[in-house]
Amino acid sequence: MAKKKLTGAEIFLRALKDQGVEVVFGYPGGVTLSLYDEIYKQNRLRHVLTRHEQAAVHAAEGYARSTGKPGVVLVTSGPGATNTVTGLTDALMDSIPVVCITGQVPTALIGNDAFQEADTTGITRSCTKHNNLVKDVDDLARVLHEAFYIATHGRPGPVVVDLPKDVVNARGVYVGPDKVRIKSYQPRVKGDIGLIDRAVKLMAGAKRPIIYAGGGVINAGPAASARLERLVHATGFPCTLTLMGLGALPASDKHFLGMLGMHGTYEANLAMHHCDVMLNVGARFDDRVTGKLDGFAPEAKKIHVDIDPSSINKNVLVDIAIVGDAGLVLEDMIKAWKPTPAKDTALKSWWKKIDGWRARKCLSYGNNGKLAKPQYILQRLQAEIKDRDVYVTTDVGQHQMWTAQYIHFEKPNRLMTSGGLGTMGYGLPAAVGVQIAHPEALVIVVTSEGSLQMNLQELATISQYRLPIKILLLNNGYMGMVRQWQELFYGKRYSESRYQGDPDFVKLAEAYGAMGLQAERPDEVDGLIKKMLAHDGAVLANLPIDPTENVFPMIAAGACHHEMILGPKEPDLAETGEDVVLA
Amino acid sequence: MTATDENIQFHTIAILVNNEPGVLARVIGLFSGRGYNIESLTVAEVKHSESLSRITIVTSGTPMIIEQIKAQLERLIPVHRVSDLTVEGPFVKRELALVKVQGSGENRVESLRIADIFRARVVDSTNSSFVFEIVGDTGKLDAFVDLMAPLGLVDVARTGVAAIARGAAAL
Repeated sequence: MAKKKLTGAEIFLRALKDQGVEVVFGYPGGVTLSLYDEIYKQNRLRHVLTRHEQAAVHAAEGYARSTGKPGVVLVTSGPGATNTVTGLTDALMDSIPVVCITGQVPTALIGNDAFQEADTTGITRSCTKHNNLVKDVDDLARVLHEAFYIATHGRPGPVVVDLPKDVVNARGVYVGPDKVRIKSYQPRVKGDIGLIDRAVKLMAGAKRPIIYAGGGVINAGPAASARLERLVHATGFPCTLTLMGLGALPASDKHFLGMLGMHGTYEANLAMHHCDVMLNVGARFDDRVTGKLDGFAPEAKKIHVDIDPSSINKNVLVDIAIVGDAGLVLEDMIKAWKPTPAKDTALKSWWKKIDGWRARKCLSYGNNGKLAKPQYILQRLQAEIKDRDVYVTTDVGQHQMWTAQYIHFEKPNRLMTSGGLGTMGYGLPAAVGVQIAHPEALVIVVTSEGSLQMNLQELATISQYRLPIKILLLNNGYMGMVRQWQELFYGKRYSESRYQGDPDFVKLAEAYGAMGLQAERPDEVDGLIKKMLAHDGAVLANLPIDPTENVFPMIAAGACHHEMILGPKEPDLAETGEDVVLA
Repeated sequence: MTATDENIQFHTIAILVNNEPGVLARVIGLFSGRGYNIESLTVAEVKHSESLSRITIVTSGTPMIIEQIKAQLERLIPVHRVSDLTVEGPFVKRELALVKVQGSGENRVESLRIADIFRARVVDSTNSSFVFEIVGDTGKLDAFVDLMAPLGLVDVARTGVAAIARGAAAL
């Protein structure tokens, strides 16, 4: 029996339905009119209209990271497609599953420099995990299903499907998702048992072990995070997390040393530097984590668990490399783990050393100026939200690092931040995606006046959908991180890092129908945060902060983990005998 | 880890890919985007029924970079198999060149003599020129081209390397 033929637009809707897609973030245009007409005719698939295509991708990322499901984007050809490039690159760097459907001019016009034509597959080839131009409507369903498969299997990432207008309007045959099998893409998920046994033996013999986990654990689903916690408890090992991994182990766990890396804690970085066995699960030895490679954990035997074979031995040569899904490998490691009482004393003295480093209280800061300190503001926020299930997004820069340091993430999928690409303007649209996915949840954007204004137009999206997002704006009048580097490494020559002419953010919030709040003095911070959280709609709270405040601890680019710069308000560190530089 | 390291090796890598639009751009884009070297590259469809093409790349880098190149290639969705012929055992490596030599008199005779030694064939001839076809490994072709240079060499077209493992095993 011949199958009934559907239009490309109908196939598109059917494929999204069969993939379980509930929300699409997008922006219509000339060549996607037929798709939007099909969306108009139904009620099942929800479309969220952002105010810029880059924001649509970030919103889809926020949706994906807070739910574990792929985020879906629909944009038009030409500028619609090129505007997605930053978002797609962001999703690629942070391994976020996104399926982005771009309209394209009719196949007969491709290559003719037609109106709103861009070589979308050419432009996005290096910023996607995969992309595809559909030339035949009979391929459409298969290509869409493959896109979802590729985006969500193996190391997740963004996939673009470029859809010419005539293909959307033509009639073809629909096939379901169960028919999809990509012969050339079968990622390995189960780790090699022999290697896992060797790794566990190495761990059992460790005197100064550390577990260093990253976003791969979060991507492997909440079960993987639960297994990480079980492994940490079974072994009694200290554990540090990357920016992308925060929440994979509860921040309140006594084995948690805080974030590591350039702005990681004193104890996490020194434990990394002095460890003798390192278990890396789902992290990629990024340069912001390792610092100078020659001096990275010089005494450590290294075990690396990663689903992407190209992550292994890319930056750091490891002793045992296990390719597989973090959750499955952790499960096998727990099974293989046998406690060895003999090494308890060694572990005890390692913890004693770590507790000594912890006693430095590297995140303490002076708090006596006329302007509020950002650390203080975030500590007050943390105190207010500690008993609630909160989703936090950030932008990029100093406020991002302070959020990572002072907000405690107890669960995975609760922090949405641009890690690899460092995309200013990520936070606000990402929060849109998070709030759409979790309508009842408390969603907070921690941002700065620089980042916020990179996707400020999304205040209109928030207004349109009445999203009760809370925007905490730490306003220092500078590109803070640039200012910090100029202060420390460029002789305080603050070249083009000062913002002037910023708007009145309270009036701005009100213009978009949100509540605008403004604090002037440190003693107003508490009340303002309470007021912000109590309001049932969107809030933009502008808090001027001390512009001279820097993020510490800090490992300068190209330095080693034990060469940390600590904040100026630190107590005397001489007694540790560690190589510490004071700012 | 930079290319200035002394430990630079040359590897011949065979890649089996779907013959689909953009697949070559993906492979080349990977090399240029990540700063890897391409010494030679050939591509052609090898199995029409399954729409499979074979790409042969000669590349250079430190052992760590060579491992990265292979892992990155394997990550591309349309890539079925990546085989590092250089490490997987003995293999045969061939290249074809068309070499045009212009001239008359003794040079013309000499070019024919050398062509004979190299088992190059004349595939086109005029009163003042020859086109030689020569097959061999890269070194042999280099030597032939060098010898033709003083004899009126005006044009060279080379295919790049095609390579296959010796023995019964297939990619």
